[in-house]
Amino acid sequence: MSTDGGKHEMGEVLLEMRGLRIEGQSDEQWHEIVNGIDLTLRRGEVLGLIGESGAGKSTIGIASMGFARPGCRISGGTIVFDGIDMTAASEETKREIRGSRIAYVAQSAAASFNPAHKLIDQYSETPVQHGILKAAEAEQDAKDLYRRLQLPDPDNIGYRYPHQVSGGQLQRAMTAMAMACKPDLIVFDEPTTALDVTTQIEVLAAIKDVVRQSNTAAIYITHDLAVVAQMADRIMVLRYGDLIEEGDAREMLANPKEDYTRQLVAVRTYKKEDAAAAASERPLLDVQDVSAAYGNTLLVLQDIDLQVERGRTVAIVGESGSGKSTLARAITGLLPPLKGKVLFDGEELPASYKARSRDQLRHLQMIYQMPDTALNPRQKVRDVIGRPLSFYLGMDSQAREKRILELLDMIELPADFADRYPGELSGGQKQRICIARALAANPEVIICDEVTSALDQLVAEEILKLLQRLQDDLGVTYLFITHDLATVKAISDEIVVMLQGRIVEQGEKHEILTPPHHEYTELLLSSVPEMDPDWLDGVLEKRKAAQ
Amino acid sequence: MTEILTMVAQRLALGLLTLFVVSLIIFLGIELLPGDLTEAVLGQSATPETVAAFRRELGLDLPPHTRYFEWLGGILQGDFGKSLANQREISELIGVRFANTLFLAAIAAIISVPLAVTLGVLAALHRNSFFDRSVNVVTLSSISFPEFFVAYILILFLAVNVNIFPSISNVSPDLGFWERVYRVMLPALTLTLVVVAHMMRMTRASIINLLASPYIEMANLKGLSRSRIIVHHALPNALAPIINVIVINLAYLVVGVVIVEVVFVYPGLGQLFVDSVIKRDVPVVQGSCLIFAATYILLNLTADVLSILSNPRLLHPK
Repeated sequence: MSTDGGKHEMGEVLLEMRGLRIEGQSDEQWHEIVNGIDLTLRRGEVLGLIGESGAGKSTIGIASMGFARPGCRISGGTIVFDGIDMTAASEETKREIRGSRIAYVAQSAAASFNPAHKLIDQYSETPVQHGILKAAEAEQDAKDLYRRLQLPDPDNIGYRYPHQVSGGQLQRAMTAMAMACKPDLIVFDEPTTALDVTTQIEVLAAIKDVVRQSNTAAIYITHDLAVVAQMADRIMVLRYGDLIEEGDAREMLANPKEDYTRQLVAVRTYKKEDAAAAASERPLLDVQDVSAAYGNTLLVLQDIDLQVERGRTVAIVGESGSGKSTLARAITGLLPPLKGKVLFDGEELPASYKARSRDQLRHLQMIYQMPDTALNPRQKVRDVIGRPLSFYLGMDSQAREKRILELLDMIELPADFADRYPGELSGGQKQRICIARALAANPEVIICDEVTSALDQLVAEEILKLLQRLQDDLGVTYLFITHDLATVKAISDEIVVMLQGRIVEQGEKHEILTPPHHEYTELLLSSVPEMDPDWLDGVLEKRKAAQ
Repeated sequence: MTEILTMVAQRLALGLLTLFVVSLIIFLGIELLPGDLTEAVLGQSATPETVAAFRRELGLDLPPHTRYFEWLGGILQGDFGKSLANQREISELIGVRFANTLFLAAIAAIISVPLAVTLGVLAALHRNSFFDRSVNVVTLSSISFPEFFVAYILILFLAVNVNIFPSISNVSPDLGFWERVYRVMLPALTLTLVVVAHMMRMTRASIINLLASPYIEMANLKGLSRSRIIVHHALPNALAPIINVIVINLAYLVVGVVIVEVVFVYPGLGQLFVDSVIKRDVPVVQGSCLIFAATYILLNLTADVLSILSNPRLLHPK
C-alpha cells in the first residue's frame, strides 16, 4: 500500500481500493451503486473494467481520482493512490493529482472538449495550470504527441476548434491531452464506443501504442469484451456494482469461470439459420434509382437500387455518414427523393409521406435507435401502442384494449405494463414497446434504424431474438439499418454495404461474408474486434504488410 | 466571415423593416386618440371656426395618409418636424433630452452590468452558500418594489438622512462631466437596483446550467480550480443568453426610465414624452416613440450579432 519512494518500478502497487462503496441519489434516497469493490493496480499495468450499463465501472474509474459525479458520493472504503488516501485528502491535494498524475479520457470527446477553446489550448491548460510547463513548451509537447498519435497535420491541427475535426481525431486529441503531464495513471472511459469500427481500430492502435511506450498504468473501461481483450493485461468483470470475476485477460477469455462472463464471451455468437429466398414474382419493396439530398447541396444518396423480398431481413450496413438512415427516410417519404421511385408490392408510392394514403403509411413502420426519445414520456404504454390501433385500424376502445394485451404478450411483457410510463421502463423494455407500436399497425415492412445500438449487448441480443421470433410467427419483412457487423451476422438474410451514399456491394449473407470481399467490405469486416487478445496486433501487421 | 456579414446585413434589413412597421403603428395609435392639440390649446369654449382655422394652420386637416408620408419623408431627411406646442425644432428638442437619457442609462449600465455579471459568477461559484442566498434575496427584493418606491427610499437614505447625493438631478449642458455623474447618481442607483436581479440571475442560471456538461466534468478531472472552471470553461459558453438579457435590460434603461426621470426631475426624453402626451403635442410624442423603438431594435440587433459571434461554430466554420 505504501510506496518506498525512490525508483518506480513496474510491479509496484500504484492504486489500491479496498471495500469501495459509492452511493447514488435518486428520489431523495441514497442507494448503493458500488458495493464494496477491491481493486489493485500496479505501475505500467492496464486493467480492464467491463460490464453493462449500471455496473458501476465508470463510477469506480473516476473514483480513483477521488471524484464522484454530482448526485453520487463515496460512502465507504479506501482509495490509496501512491501512498495518498484519496478519500481523506483535501480538495486541494486531489486537485493537484487530477490531470497531472491521474488523467481521464472520456467516452465522447465531442462533448468533453470545451467548444469555446482551441484543442491545443485545452491541451496546454493542464500542465500550465499545474505549474509543470510553460505554455510554449506545452504546445511543443502537444505537437509531438499529436504526431505520435498519428493525427493529420500535427503541427497545425491543435489550432482548430473541437467542431472542426472528426470524431476519431478528437478522441486521439483527448488521449494526447490526458498524457500532457505524463501521468502515472490514465482512466479510459469507453474511449471508442462512439466511433465507427474502422475509426475505432485506429484509435485503439494509437492508444495501445502510446500507453505501452510511456509505460503508463491504465484503467480501461468498456462494455465490449472484445475491445478490452486487446488492451488489458488483467480484467475485472462487474455487474450491478459487484465484482463477478477477476483475472488475467488471456486466461479469462479462454476459460471464463462465472456464468455471466461466459454470456459476455459468447455474446456475439447468436446467428439465425440461413433461409433461401422464396421465389416470388415481384419484390415487396423495390427501390429504383433513388437519389436524395438535404437542401440543394451534396447528394447523400446516389442511384440506389434495392429489392426486398417478402418475409426476409435485409441488413443495410455502413459507417456514419454512409447514407443508410437517409435511405430509410427516402423510403418512408420523410425525405422525398430527388429522383427515382419506391414501389411497394408493385405499386409506386408517392414521394412524400404527406401524399401517401393511410394504408400505404400503415404498411411501412419504423423503429428508431433511441427508444428514450422515440417515446413520449407523458404517454402511458397503453396510449403509445393504442394510437396506431385507432389511427390505422379504427378500433374501438374494447377491441383496442384486447389488441394491446396481445401485443404486450407478443413482445414478452406482462399486461400490467400498459399502465406504465416510459420513464418507469428499462432501455430494453422501451425498445420492446417501440416494436409493439410498429407491430400495432400490422405492417408488411418494418424499418429498424440501429435499434440495438443504444442497448447493452445482452439486452440487444434479446431484442434481436425477439425480432426474429416475430418474423417467424408473422412473416413481417425487415429492413435492418446498422453499423454493427455482429448484428448483421446475427439477423440478416441479405446484406447491402453502403459507403458515401452508394451501395458498394449487395447479396445473400453467405456470399457477402465469404471471401473474396469488396475492398471496403473487407475493411469493415476486418475492423470488428474479436475476442482474441492478439487480434489487434495481427490486423495491424497484416494491413502494414499489405501496403 | 462573409457569412457573418450577410447575417448582420440581414438582421439590419429586418430591423429597418420593423422600424417602418413601428412608425406605422405609432402613427395609427396616435390617430386613434380622441382630441388633439387644438382642443387642448383653445379649450372647450372655442368656436368650431377657430378650431378649424387652427387645425388648418397646423396641417391637421389633411388626410391621415398624407400626413403620415410627410412625417416619414421628413424623418428620413432627419427632420422630425416642429413641436406644435412651442414651435421649436423637434430634433433639437429631442436631441438634448435623448443625450441626457443616454447619459443616465450609460452610468446605470456601467454600474449594473459588471456588478450583475460578477455577482452571477460568484453566486454560481458558491452555489447554495450563504452568499448565494443573500444575493438572491437582496436582488429579488429590489426588483419586487416599484421603481418610484426604490427611488424615494434612496432619496430618504442618501439625500435626506445622510446628505451624500442631491435628491433632484437637474443637469444643464454647461455642467462638467463629474458634476453630471454626481447629480445622476441617485437615479442611476435606482435603475441599477431595478435591473441587476434579472441579469445576475440569468448569469447564475446559465452557468449552473452548463455545470453538468461533460466538458465541465473534464475540466474538474483536469484538476483545474473552481474559479478557472467557472470563468474560463463555463462563462464563454453561457455568453449568448447572458448577452441577450443584458441587452434587454440596457434597452429598458433607455426606454423604461420615464418614472425615474419624473421622480428625480431629470431632463431626459422620458420627461419630455410625458409632458408632450399631456399637451397633446403629437409630433413630439411620435418622434420620441420612434427614437425609443429605434433604440430597442438597435440594441436587440447588437445582442443577436454578439450571440452569433460568441458561438465558435459560426465564428470558425469547418
